Amino acid sequence: MATKRPHPWRSLAVLLVALLVGVGLMATLGAWTPRLGLDLRGGTSITLTARPSAGQGAITPEKLAEAVEIIRNRVGAIAEAEVTTQGNDHIVVEVPGVGQDQIVRLVGSTAELRFRQVLAAAPVAAPPQPKPTPSKSPATSKATPKPTVGPSVKPSNKATKSPAPRAPGRAVPQAFRRNAPTPTPTPTPKATVPAPKATTPTVDNGKVRVSTTGASPEQMAALQKFKCADYTPGKDNFKQALFTCDREGTTKFVLGPAIVLGSEIADASAQLPQNQLAWQVGLRLKGAGKSKFAQASTQMYQLQQPLSQFAIVLDGKVVSYPVIQGPITDGQASITGNFSQQEATDLANTLKYGALPLRFETSQVSAVSPTLGSDQLTGGLVAGAIGLALVVLYSFFYYRGLGLVVVLSLAAAGALVYASVVLLGKSAGFTLTLAGIAGLIVAIGITADSFVVYFERLRDEVRDGRSLRTAVETGWVRARRTILAADSVSLLAAVVLYALSVGNVRGFAYALGLTTLIDIIIVFVFTKPLVTLLARTRFFGEGHRFSGLDPTRLGVPRERLAPRTATRASTRASSPKGA
Amino acid sequence: MSRLGAVGHKLYTGEVSLNFVGRRKLWYLISAVVLVIAIGAVLIRGLAFSIEFRGGVDFQAPVASGSAQNAIPGVRTAVVDTGVLGRAEPIVTSIGANQVRVETPPLSTDNIAKARTAIAKQLKVGEGQIDYSSIGPTWGAQITDKALLSLGVFLVLVMGVIWLYFREWRMSVSGLVALLHDVAITVGIYALVGFDVTPATIIGVLTILGYSLYDTVVVFDKVRENTRSISSGSRWTYSEAANLAVNQTLVRSINTSIIALLPVAGILFVGAGLLGAGTLKDLSLALFIGIAVGTYSSIFIATPLLCDLKEREPAMRALSRRVEQRRAGAAAKSAASGSAGPAAVSGTPGGAEGGEPAASGEDQGANGTRQSVPATSRAQGRPAGRPQSTSSRSAGRSQPQRKPRSTRRPKGHGR
Repeated sequence: MATKRPHPWRSLAVLLVALLVGVGLMATLGAWTPRLGLDLRGGTSITLTARPSAGQGAITPEKLAEAVEIIRNRVGAIAEAEVTTQGNDHIVVEVPGVGQDQIVRLVGSTAELRFRQVLAAAPVAAPPQPKPTPSKSPATSKATPKPTVGPSVKPSNKATKSPAPRAPGRAVPQAFRRNAPTPTPTPTPKATVPAPKATTPTVDNGKVRVSTTGASPEQMAALQKFKCADYTPGKDNFKQALFTCDREGTTKFVLGPAIVLGSEIADASAQLPQNQLAWQVGLRLKGAGKSKFAQASTQMYQLQQPLSQFAIVLDGKVVSYPVIQGPITDGQASITGNFSQQEATDLANTLKYGALPLRFETSQVSAVSPTLGSDQLTGGLVAGAIGLALVVLYSFFYYRGLGLVVVLSLAAAGALVYASVVLLGKSAGFTLTLAGIAGLIVAIGITADSFVVYFERLRDEVRDGRSLRTAVETGWVRARRTILAADSVSLLAAVVLYALSVGNVRGFAYALGLTTLIDIIIVFVFTKPLVTLLARTRFFGEGHRFSGLDPTRLGVPRERLAPRTATRASTRASSPKGA
Repeated sequence: MSRLGAVGHKLYTGEVSLNFVGRRKLWYLISAVVLVIAIGAVLIRGLAFSIEFRGGVDFQAPVASGSAQNAIPGVRTAVVDTGVLGRAEPIVTSIGANQVRVETPPLSTDNIAKARTAIAKQLKVGEGQIDYSSIGPTWGAQITDKALLSLGVFLVLVMGVIWLYFREWRMSVSGLVALLHDVAITVGIYALVGFDVTPATIIGVLTILGYSLYDTVVVFDKVRENTRSISSGSRWTYSEAANLAVNQTLVRSINTSIIALLPVAGILFVGAGLLGAGTLKDLSLALFIGIAVGTYSSIFIATPLLCDLKEREPAMRALSRRVEQRRAGAAAKSAASGSAGPAAVSGTPGGAEGGEPAASGEDQGANGTRQSVPATSRAQGRPAGRPQSTSSRSAGRSQPQRKPRSTRRPKGHGR
């Protein structure tokens, strides 16, 4: 086993080269400090969890990647945000800076977008006005299109393209209900619209199913009893009618099955048509969405409100429910309304990026101020320093001179860890979080334990009657097996934790795994060679009182420790307990 | 100091030996009682799961002026007045002297913003200074699921690894039992004391697994070394050899645990003392308890359990019988030889041989003058196994002693 000649200098040189390479890399990359996690530098982090939902199929890595891309686009414009996946079903969005409620809302609301026909609408029987007759309310009070915008010249750039009736998609009852509704009963912006009413009863060609009759009596009754809080995402099946509210919780709806899905939207943008003061949202559909929208709009524009209204439903909540004002056959529509630029942009973003392939739930949001972050960082560093100091003290106390080996090894390990953390931060995006720091501190113990195993073994070998120089080698052979076995258990724990966990746990596991690996490297190429070298010195080799290898304390005669200097080499007569 | 070293030495040679394995019934009893208390505590008192598991929002705000304690009522009113909580009541507590913490049920993004504004206004601090963390109601369940899954996967893998390494399923099983024992006790302590269980606690508990096993692996490694060719001799039983291993690694176990606990103590001190609640404190508390329990279990539970399992093997039972007979024979002989007994103990070669007559067939042949040998045939197997030491040993001693390595089998066979 122990036949290989030790080459202590060579091993040390290898380590030195490795360290130099690390430092060189850091210099070339210009990275000298680790990337800190948001909990250490302050910021907002949002964890989204994909939830399986009706009719959407399984959660696949592809879909998750697609969702990440969409979210990235969505928040990218706002701040330097990082969007990453975690595990099989989590997306983590990290934004520096706190108080970014806007981003939280934006990210949090990235769910599926669907267009559904409005079957009935009713105000939420809230504090203000107790609307008496429900039957009426859907038609009248709710619609409240903005007369101002509606009738005006809706051509816009869209209009030119669309061959069909003048204006593409129509506008808007309270898209983002800014202005007081001022319920003007009959909207009728477009002349053509409401006339033909319930003419064609069953317009049900192809997959598009447009209701001409509105909500059934049962649905109306159910709507009466419905409360906004009753909405549960789990029951939201796009093939069926949906009871829900608008985002403000002021109006409740019965909506028909989804006609157009968010994934069928090619593009959406806020635009300010020439000669107009109001912003609008241009919308372009693609694929099947185009024809479905064409069919639906052709039928719907002839219907009475609210049946002529298309609810834009995001994550089960109605964002806007514009009235269709004419058939839109080319997939180009525009939504007009009393939008401000911000509102138009938000709606466009929602339309464009709301089309996530999966349903997400905001599992966790945490906002840490930079003050707290730096406190935590300081705390972590202080904890590390205390831990390190205690370990060093104890090592000197118990192992005397060998404590020097511990200190030097820990220093070398520290240097390697630091370089790795910095470089991994640069190359693999590894961020140091508070849990990560804890992992590193805990690892001090694990690293030091390797030395304990080796030193104890070394002393055992000496007790067994070997000379120190032999013991350094034979003890090592045995100690290294123990060290490897124990470290592999640690490593296994770290890998399992990393692979299966989320959030904080991962940072901890990563740090633990990294340091365990580095521990193995250090013990092999640094600690052991160093001990070999030290065993050649008089101080250690002859067991100075403070070397940690004092023969009298180990219960062996001094001459046995270093046979070179002793004449009697016989180990026979000198058993520890020798009479 | 030097006395500690000397104790280490005596433990190593077997001169001083603590009977860990022999008194296993006692340890089992102690652990059983502790386990019953722990499990009882979990069942009766339950665990105090933090907001991360229940779901909700946790605001932490600095108090600009005055004490945090005094600010609590105002903050509570301010939050309640926003109306975002409905009928629920916020839990407002102080952290340290100048931080207030508000816990509420889950809120929507808008309501979080409202509550935050209200708190900021009340305390007259900037909104940006208010940290919050909002946890969805199902998040905790997910964390728990993942933790349990990690636990399961880890246990299976670890059983495999230990088995591969030691080639001995009994070691896997004992290590695993010790591990579960540690986790149960740690969790029990949490239930008993009422510490908050946070995700950081879960990390801590999962890490304990690694630690506990690490410790057990080191002890088992020594056990294996001591028992490598034990069945070919009859000098001591498996349990005795294992007990020696525990004694020999005792100093290491203690040192390792101290060294592992020191940094954790550092985190605990800083986490609890300087930072108040938080990841560091939760993590280190779990680790601190777990490492301490883990060290205990690798000495008092894992190894004794291993011995119990091992002693059930026919080969080991046969070994125990042989050792017993041999010792009975030796005792009879020393009784017969009367005052010659002490002389034998004092280290004359004859005496030593007399004490351990059946250890080696060859020795037997060489000293064939004695007929007290109850079982020459027992020296089956490798005749050279466990050669005799010339160092003194007492015949009736139940604890094995260790001989200088140079008199034992050559190193090369050491696997």
